[in-house]
Amino acid sequence: MHGIREWFKSGTPWIWLNASAVSISLIVVFGLLYLIMVRGLGYFWPSNVVALDYQDKSGQRQHLVGELWGSEEVSSETLRANGYVVPPDQLFVTRYVLKVGNRDSYGADFQVLIKPGISNQQQPSDIVVVVRREWGNFYGHLLAIKENGNVVTSNADSVWQEYLTRMQRALELHKNARKIEREDIGKINYKLEKLRTKTRGLELKGAFTATEKAAIEAEQERLKQERGTFEAQLTDLYAQIDRDSFTATIQDGRVIEVPFNKVINAYKPNSMSVWQKMWMYAQNVWEFLSDEPREANTEGGVFPAIFGTVFMVLIMAILVTPMGVVAAVYLREYAKQGAMTRIIRIAVNNLAGVPSIVYGVFGLGFFVYILGGNIDRLFFAESLPSPTFGTPGILWSSLTLALLTLPVVIVATEEGLSRIPRSIREGSLALGATKFETLWRTVIPMASPAIMTGLILAVARAAGEVAPLMLVGVVKLAPTLPLDGNAPFVHLDRKFMHLGFHIYDVGFQSPNVEAARPLVYATSLLLVLVILFLNLAAIRLRNHLREKYRALEG
Amino acid sequence: MTTPTSNVPLTHGVRMESLDRKFEKIQLEDEQIVLHVDNLNLFYGKAQALYDINMIIPRHRVTAFIGPSGCGKSTLLRCFNRMNDLVDGCRINGQIKLGEQDIYAKRVNVAQLRSRVGMVFQKPNPFPKSIYENVAYGLRIQGVSDKRRLDEAVEKALHSAALWEEAKDRLNENALGLSGGQQQRLVIARAVAIEPEVLLLDEPASALDPISTLKIEELIYELKEKYTLIIVTHNMQQAARVSDYTAFMYLGKLIEFADTNTLFTNPSKKQTEDYITGRYG
Repeated sequence: MHGIREWFKSGTPWIWLNASAVSISLIVVFGLLYLIMVRGLGYFWPSNVVALDYQDKSGQRQHLVGELWGSEEVSSETLRANGYVVPPDQLFVTRYVLKVGNRDSYGADFQVLIKPGISNQQQPSDIVVVVRREWGNFYGHLLAIKENGNVVTSNADSVWQEYLTRMQRALELHKNARKIEREDIGKINYKLEKLRTKTRGLELKGAFTATEKAAIEAEQERLKQERGTFEAQLTDLYAQIDRDSFTATIQDGRVIEVPFNKVINAYKPNSMSVWQKMWMYAQNVWEFLSDEPREANTEGGVFPAIFGTVFMVLIMAILVTPMGVVAAVYLREYAKQGAMTRIIRIAVNNLAGVPSIVYGVFGLGFFVYILGGNIDRLFFAESLPSPTFGTPGILWSSLTLALLTLPVVIVATEEGLSRIPRSIREGSLALGATKFETLWRTVIPMASPAIMTGLILAVARAAGEVAPLMLVGVVKLAPTLPLDGNAPFVHLDRKFMHLGFHIYDVGFQSPNVEAARPLVYATSLLLVLVILFLNLAAIRLRNHLREKYRALEG
Repeated sequence: MTTPTSNVPLTHGVRMESLDRKFEKIQLEDEQIVLHVDNLNLFYGKAQALYDINMIIPRHRVTAFIGPSGCGKSTLLRCFNRMNDLVDGCRINGQIKLGEQDIYAKRVNVAQLRSRVGMVFQKPNPFPKSIYENVAYGLRIQGVSDKRRLDEAVEKALHSAALWEEAKDRLNENALGLSGGQQQRLVIARAVAIEPEVLLLDEPASALDPISTLKIEELIYELKEKYTLIIVTHNMQQAARVSDYTAFMYLGKLIEFADTNTLFTNPSKKQTEDYITGRYG
């Protein structure tokens, strides 16, 4: 009894308690990172393709080709109840999910197999995986290459080489076509839209003179002609791309012809070395980071979402910092400390606890409809009835999140201001500086590390927020980035994509949830990394400021 | 000036001869007067901190305020550049005139007043900027941005604060890298860079080691050539060493004000004598 009390008094259990709390936090954090890393990073690995014979529960035998996607142990009891034939001595049976691809031929990407039905499993080295623009992956044995419908080669030795060169050509052409569509024609369309709104604006003002009209029409004519030439180029390019196709046999022996315009990439996983696979892995990761999404976001990359997330957070930071700092300076430095400031402080702190979706609703009601609506009426009347700012967009998203993170910045800034020693302020005032000059030249710079701390917290919160954004500007697929080569370059009225929403969209709303699940993990990992990157950048900046404005000791 | 050579223990009972004081015959009646204090009363809320202060501060002399803790000497000092304005609930009646101007009049520009009446605080308080920017701070506030003028002013101020030799090679380094004594001289340089008429020193050496203290005292002696100095100090020897005139304050009242020699050797008030002989305080 005595011993236990002594032990208690010594503080040892307290230390143990502390240490276990820290350990649990660490385990949770690393466990989370580990899980999303394992699940997410495996997605990019070009895994081997198996070919096997399978006897399903009705006794039918079929030949299947695909990637083993996952496996789990299932109790034989359950399987028997569902009509599967399972050997009597086994309690548990392994159940596999096989990605058979070829969705155009079979309708489903996956097939569920149980181990006892599988026989004759092998990894044929000549199986080709073709990544397509639509219908998902294609698995099969390459037969022949065709040009304008005529077989060029069907020689087993040279067909793969021929395939690669033709695919390269098609990809090159496709890239050119895309460039023309995106940049050249996109730019012309943007200009035409500008002319249209200009005409409308002049009409509204009643200043649409005949000379103006002639000038605009001439310009329109010129642009349309220019577009015509680009469109002709485009048609030509597409005709060239459509020239080639290949034929291949799929798992049930059917011969399928696939045009090269559908092909993005192809590889033979079973005959690749580890190094080749690693190279391919790196390429896949890069594609994920730099490409646009395809197939309802379930394939391709997430670049627009990365860009949207970072851009939105940066605009938010630009908006929230001055607002928060100015408010905090008033509260701490100018307002008479008393009941009123106390109430304001309590209110500000409570704002931090308001659910974020409420901010979203507010943003939609106030920013989008009232503020945006009025801006449209006053400045963009020529494009009505289609709204410019009176619709969700990146500016309103940033503003909404700025409002959401404002309390954090205010509290942190106030904290920082209150820590600046009185002696520094007096030193400045004694040199003939006014209060404003003292604040501006000395106190606020010295409080800047604290302001940065607030901003770091704000960025971390804002980058992870999704719910309010769904109301004020995020979309599943944005056709254009909010930053591009068309003047005025920054388009704050545009809608944007966001990694957080992308996760939600891919995870819940995609037509092929099973196939997209690894993408959910990969995107989550990316979101964590983006937030980490933003935070590290801010922390570096803060440390730099700390060093610069090292406070007086004492 | 040199360190005291006498072996006589110096607590509060200062022996003037032991200080090796550079003494000149001065008389308050002959001085030019910079500051007039008329019937000054100061209240913190309901508590009165200063009672009916009447005094004059002579030009280009060092005036020391002495007295026990809480006697109001720092408060009085802070009245001269209106630093007390920053204290909530501080009220003043009476008058302080700088030259002909009542500094508590309604239309006075306080910032401008403070550029005429500089101040150095107890603890060195350089800004976390470079040495150069610290000294240039006051000038920049006044709108000087010409690089040549700033360079000259900074050099001059650092010379007059006897810091130039130590600082000239590290003007762009952070001022917080200087030692405590150097920082205090930097703060003095910062104050003299804007060439004030009066320089208020609020226990400028109390946070420093003896050698740095001595340097500051030497500096005070040199600065009075060009500036009127008022120094608040706890250290009686310091007051006796550096000042020309001394005011003894007690419980918010000015008990005695006279030239330092007279006050220390032949005080006219019993309280003064008790204090300087170390009977209380």
